[in-house]
Amino acid sequence: MGDHSHGSPDDSGTVAKAGTGTLEKFQDPGLPPHRKRLADTDPHAEKRAERQVALLFIISIIGTLSFFIAYFVLGRPENISEIRVQNAMLGLGTTFAMLGIGIGIVHWAKTLMPDHEISEMRHEITTEADRKDAEEIINQVIEETGIKRRPLIRNTLIGAIALAPIPAIFMFRDLDRSGKNAGEMIEQFRHTMWDKDVRLTRDPSGTPIKAADVQIGSAFHVIPEGLDEAEDMLNEKAKAVVLLMRLDPSKMQVSAGREDWHVDGIVAYSKICTHVGCPVALYEQQTHHLLCPCHQSTFDLTQECKVIFGPAGRPLPQLPITVDSNGFLVAQSDFQEPVGPSYWERG
Amino acid sequence: MSTTTEYTPKTSTGRIANFVDQRVGGSIIVKEFGRKIFPDHWSFMFGEVALYTFVLLLISGTFLTFFFDPSMAHVIYNGSYNPLKGIGMSAAYSSSLDISFDVRGGLFMRQVHHWSAILFVAAVSVHMLRVFFTGAFRKPRELNWVVGGVLLILAMAAGFTGYSLPDDLLSGNGLRIIDGVMKSIPLVGTYLSLFLFGGEFPGTVIIPRLYSLHIMIVPAIILLMVALHLFMVVVHKHTQYPGPGRTNDNVVGFPVGPVYAAKAGGFFFIVFGIVAAISGLLTINPIWNYGPYDPSPVSAGTQPDWYIGFVDGALRLMPGMLGNFSFEWLVPLPWGTNTLTLNVLLPALVPAGIMFTIMFTWPWIESWITKDKREHHLLDRPRNAPFRTGMGVAGVVSYCVMWAAASSDLIATHFHVSLNDVTYWLRVLFVLGPILGFIVARRIALSLQRKDREIVLHGRETGIIEMTPEGTFSERHEALDAYKLHTLVNYEDRKVIPAQPNAAGHVSRSEKRRGALSKFFFEDRVAPVTPSELAALHAEHGHGPAEIEGSSTESIEK
Repeated sequence: MGDHSHGSPDDSGTVAKAGTGTLEKFQDPGLPPHRKRLADTDPHAEKRAERQVALLFIISIIGTLSFFIAYFVLGRPENISEIRVQNAMLGLGTTFAMLGIGIGIVHWAKTLMPDHEISEMRHEITTEADRKDAEEIINQVIEETGIKRRPLIRNTLIGAIALAPIPAIFMFRDLDRSGKNAGEMIEQFRHTMWDKDVRLTRDPSGTPIKAADVQIGSAFHVIPEGLDEAEDMLNEKAKAVVLLMRLDPSKMQVSAGREDWHVDGIVAYSKICTHVGCPVALYEQQTHHLLCPCHQSTFDLTQECKVIFGPAGRPLPQLPITVDSNGFLVAQSDFQEPVGPSYWERG
Repeated sequence: MSTTTEYTPKTSTGRIANFVDQRVGGSIIVKEFGRKIFPDHWSFMFGEVALYTFVLLLISGTFLTFFFDPSMAHVIYNGSYNPLKGIGMSAAYSSSLDISFDVRGGLFMRQVHHWSAILFVAAVSVHMLRVFFTGAFRKPRELNWVVGGVLLILAMAAGFTGYSLPDDLLSGNGLRIIDGVMKSIPLVGTYLSLFLFGGEFPGTVIIPRLYSLHIMIVPAIILLMVALHLFMVVVHKHTQYPGPGRTNDNVVGFPVGPVYAAKAGGFFFIVFGIVAAISGLLTINPIWNYGPYDPSPVSAGTQPDWYIGFVDGALRLMPGMLGNFSFEWLVPLPWGTNTLTLNVLLPALVPAGIMFTIMFTWPWIESWITKDKREHHLLDRPRNAPFRTGMGVAGVVSYCVMWAAASSDLIATHFHVSLNDVTYWLRVLFVLGPILGFIVARRIALSLQRKDREIVLHGRETGIIEMTPEGTFSERHEALDAYKLHTLVNYEDRKVIPAQPNAAGHVSRSEKRRGALSKFFFEDRVAPVTPSELAALHAEHGHGPAEIEGSSTESIEK
């Protein structure tokens, strides 16, 4: 080891290295001369640096103490603004405790510890001789097992090893513990809580909605009646949420077969985006657009929720609705297609 | 280690050393590492930041596990945060609120954990950019580059699994997006989703399952990879920037003990201090504002943590319909019709897939094109590898366009522009941006190389304007000292290597392709100044380099 290196082309010959052996190159002048720091020459500067380091460590001690003050004196905060203050004080206490130590040590290293750069030679990761030895050993090991000469053993072993992990994969089958078979599992996506005569109720209060309450331009977030009593409430809600809006019937384009799915311009559409399943929560009254806040898929309500912008590839499914004898809005049936994002088996 | 040693220690350090050494052979470790040389450069600190934030994650995460209840059981909140009192929620969300409001310092630890996670992925990413742009991934470090890439993926996995645990409205919607993306995978996607969620979304098992992944297997693999990563750093020794006295065969820097250990150790406390300051002063993920997860509401302006943003942005950029053509493709198969959801599948898998494939294979791609199988321990200044810098910038631009797309709604509301226009422009940028980025970055690198040449040939501009007796003005240029000059001329001069015939005299198609790429990358190049070139120039001007260096009487005019 020395303070200076002159970059000799020290080529071992086993591994080619870059940057050596090029003609027409400037000679490496070696490491620049070491420049002394103030603290190396001036005892006052050295003393000052020493005091600075100690001061930083003392700041750290004060930081730790102020952490305790924040923890015990502020005690158990009562409201959110007190929590904010305590959090800030705990944070700043820790900050000073840590930065004091950290900056102190680095300052110490930079001003008082030796700053002579040292040059060390790299060595080969391996040598060719080592590699040859290793190769020989491995060949010998393989030879002694006789695996090359006994294909029967080799092939049955490969077969056994290939099969052995498969049970581990199958053990994950019961990650779904519903006991349903594959077909039934997929079939779940086709059904929601909606059914004939299920009332449309407000989310989250669960109060039913009269057709007369729905004015043009208004929008309701809707859940099926009885959702609160459902066994898997969140699972059912994740499929069944619906948006209810009223349009001027003359502005609506209604396709064949859907003529009676609305009640005087009151329409109900699945709230679950057909892209990746976010709730399509934004309704623009003026343009009659529904916008998904996650990825900005935009559906045009007047064109049966056709996609007019964004990454969704399919209109929102419509829920056929009608009015019951008491004037409340009810579903005519379940959705006619699976709601939410597409999946391979959807068809 | 022999137990019957003659050596009797006299100092207490000696006694401890003796004890340790006779049992675990500690002196070998001290001999190997005590004075090992590490080169010093500010850009080498990003990897350290990554390591230290990971340590902070382990510390703060362990604290959080003592109070967190990873259960989706329905509970009624009765903690001290009044706005949510009496509201039904999962035990996970309730215990996250308790950590924030009823455990002293719990909010601080949550914030340290979340900020560290954000910084961890950021530090890993910036560290990888540093490694890429300086060519530190070249032989013999290709495998360590791959390990680093795996660590980046693991860091994102750790972040994602943790992000969902509080079971708040924001993270719940994030999980729903994952569910939707998973379902778009052909054949197996639907079942993957059903098995992960234990049935339909959201079910009651996803939080405990993510918790197992988040606190056990993912950090365990990260730790293993970090150990492997550092082991390889020791085996290879650290790379160093080119400079006088720094060659491909040596390492110049400070010894571990005491300087490097002090600097690196002190730096841990500095990182901790900065994270603590951020966590104390800046709110991250205020879950109490979002409310418990409910499948119906969603807040506008939802965004994932920054490192998932590029995937989310890609999802937003993809058009679902072009006119009346839908990317949701119904595939007629013999047994019935299946749905191929290309509008989700393509953006979720293809950009990230291409990016990670190129990233992982780049060391081999580069050495194939340059036919360079040598070991490299000296880094490239990014300007001295214009082709690589261009490729890197193209990747960064493509990533950043996707990343910006994840904020398309916020860009639109913030700058009062149409959301649709933002998306259209970002789609254009997604296609053209990387190409422009490559061209511009390569041109800038070449120009900087030309500037370096200029400085070597004509000296440094001193800022001193001189007037000749005739009245002409000129600026005095000063010749560089040998050290500065060496830094500017000592770099790899990569030339086009045309397609070579093989032993049979035949030029294979892959070799032709390689030759074409080599031409594309290296046709434009700036050669380093050679001593003869400099001497010839000085001869032309009628003075030798010694004269310029020696005094201020002569000036070099351009």
